[in-house]
Amino acid sequence: MALLTGATLRSRRVGRRLAADAGLLFVAAAFVLPLAWVVLSSLDAHADLRVRVPDGLTLHNFDAVLKPDITFTPLLNSLVLCGGGTALTVVCAALAAYPLSRFRSRLNRPFLLTILFATCLPITAIMVPVYALFVRVNLIDTVQGTIFFFAASQLPFAIWLMKNFMDGVPRELEEAAWTDGASSLQSLVRIVLPLMGPGVAVVTVFSFVMMWGNFFVPFMLLLTPDQMPASVSINDFFGNRGTVVYGQLAAFSVIYSTPVILLYVLVARRLGGGFALGGAVKG
Amino acid sequence: MRAAPAAPAAAKTVSPRRPGRPRVLARALPVAPAVILLLLFLAGPIAYCAYIAFTDLQLTGQAHSSFVGFENFRAAFKDEAFLNAVWLTLVFTVLSSLVGQNTLGLALAALMQRASKPVRTLVGGIVITAWVLPEVVAGFLLYAFFRREGTLNAILDWLHLPTQNWLFTLPILAVSFANVWRGTAFSMLVYSAALNEIPKEITEAAEVDGAGGWRRMWHITLPMIRRSIATNLMLNTLQTLSVFGLIWVMTRGGPGNRSQTLPLFMYEQAFQKSMIGYGTAVALLLLVVGALFSVVYMRLLRTEV
Repeated sequence: MALLTGATLRSRRVGRRLAADAGLLFVAAAFVLPLAWVVLSSLDAHADLRVRVPDGLTLHNFDAVLKPDITFTPLLNSLVLCGGGTALTVVCAALAAYPLSRFRSRLNRPFLLTILFATCLPITAIMVPVYALFVRVNLIDTVQGTIFFFAASQLPFAIWLMKNFMDGVPRELEEAAWTDGASSLQSLVRIVLPLMGPGVAVVTVFSFVMMWGNFFVPFMLLLTPDQMPASVSINDFFGNRGTVVYGQLAAFSVIYSTPVILLYVLVARRLGGGFALGGAVKG
Repeated sequence: MRAAPAAPAAAKTVSPRRPGRPRVLARALPVAPAVILLLLFLAGPIAYCAYIAFTDLQLTGQAHSSFVGFENFRAAFKDEAFLNAVWLTLVFTVLSSLVGQNTLGLALAALMQRASKPVRTLVGGIVITAWVLPEVVAGFLLYAFFRREGTLNAILDWLHLPTQNWLFTLPILAVSFANVWRGTAFSMLVYSAALNEIPKEITEAAEVDGAGGWRRMWHITLPMIRRSIATNLMLNTLQTLSVFGLIWVMTRGGPGNRSQTLPLFMYEQAFQKSMIGYGTAVALLLLVVGALFSVVYMRLLRTEV
């Protein structure tokens, strides 16, 4: 095995960087094609199923879908469902994480293990029994029922994440507040949560994004077309309205996807590249 | 808090907090809302699932369901459509999660370590966008990509390669690719984090000793990120087991039942054929498989809790 000199190592490294760039760009090209289709088609008056540059850019597709029954109602429904679900999730998770993070108890470990276990369960599998149960207790086709289920399905991961973030806030600051006579709830709301602002933001955005994109839960639990969120109503572009207008479908997809992409970017920036979530999941 | 009055503070310092019986209750109280939600809407349905899987509950026109023991499960293992769904779930999981997302995610992360910053940012952004997109939108994009008149055939045509109707000829392959497209970002993030934790000196020392890229990967990098690989495989598999919307949008499980994985089979039995009991039995099997993976995952994380 010959030892390499510094110069060969350096030139090797440059070559390797170029090779890595080329490899990554090739993969990116394959990944970008479907994304390019949706963006280009949304601006194309004669969009079909393949990626191509439109003859002339037009906002006609957006005009066509920006109507109450096609876009605004489903998006509003999505907002109510996901906003409600997220609020419930974040409040419950913050409350639950507090004693788990702050006080020692013999119950902490079993509870956290149960939560971790629930985090991994395939929620898809229980949608049929959930439907049957909701029919029985008259929660089927109700917005609040769907919100409750959304919150419950997101809670295990939210508690887990919230507890990990909360562990990062030093105890000393609260102890001072306790001596000043603050209750646990007060110190949670006024000291701990503000200090873990980015953590709360991550849990909030993550829960919201998961619910916003979820198709199966509202598809099963809601029946009335007027209550459907965008994830389900997007199906109407097929069948119900006659032939598929791909340009409009693409325009709707762009409108529907933009909020979650923006939210993700917002959180990723604050955490330096969005690797924190990967790290949090890794444990 | 800063404005807290000083007088009660002085009084409180006299009796520092010590844990006692009532305090334990007060401390457990904040957990209550979460526990109630979880019991009612998660544990409840799971328990109900375990119950109706053993009944002949149907969707319509049936006043009472009766207990049928293991009948649903016995029927399932004799049902060719079920065995087909099991097989397709296996193919889908192995292709898209174990092979696709995992390997591609690791390759991307490894390349990113060496690539220049603008390329890294661009590629990361594109791959993560595919991940953040709503499931149904991702389904439509790949439906358009794989259709007869879609982009893939346009490219193949341009390269003078034979084209075909992918969603008809190889539906399970098409949905597996779709899942790779959508899910690779997660592996990429996990592996990037893991690779960043490897001290530079170790790989550099090996490089100076003349170990080539592949050998370094195989003998140094992979053993060092062993745990990340295990947890990533676990989470990918669990995620893939419960994919519904993506396949539903692309193929509805068809043509015939050639891309009907277990979640879609479960849905069809329960709702299109109105056999809730049977569909739930399938759901229970899926849940048990998921639970087993979950237990393995927890053992991998054992030291962390």
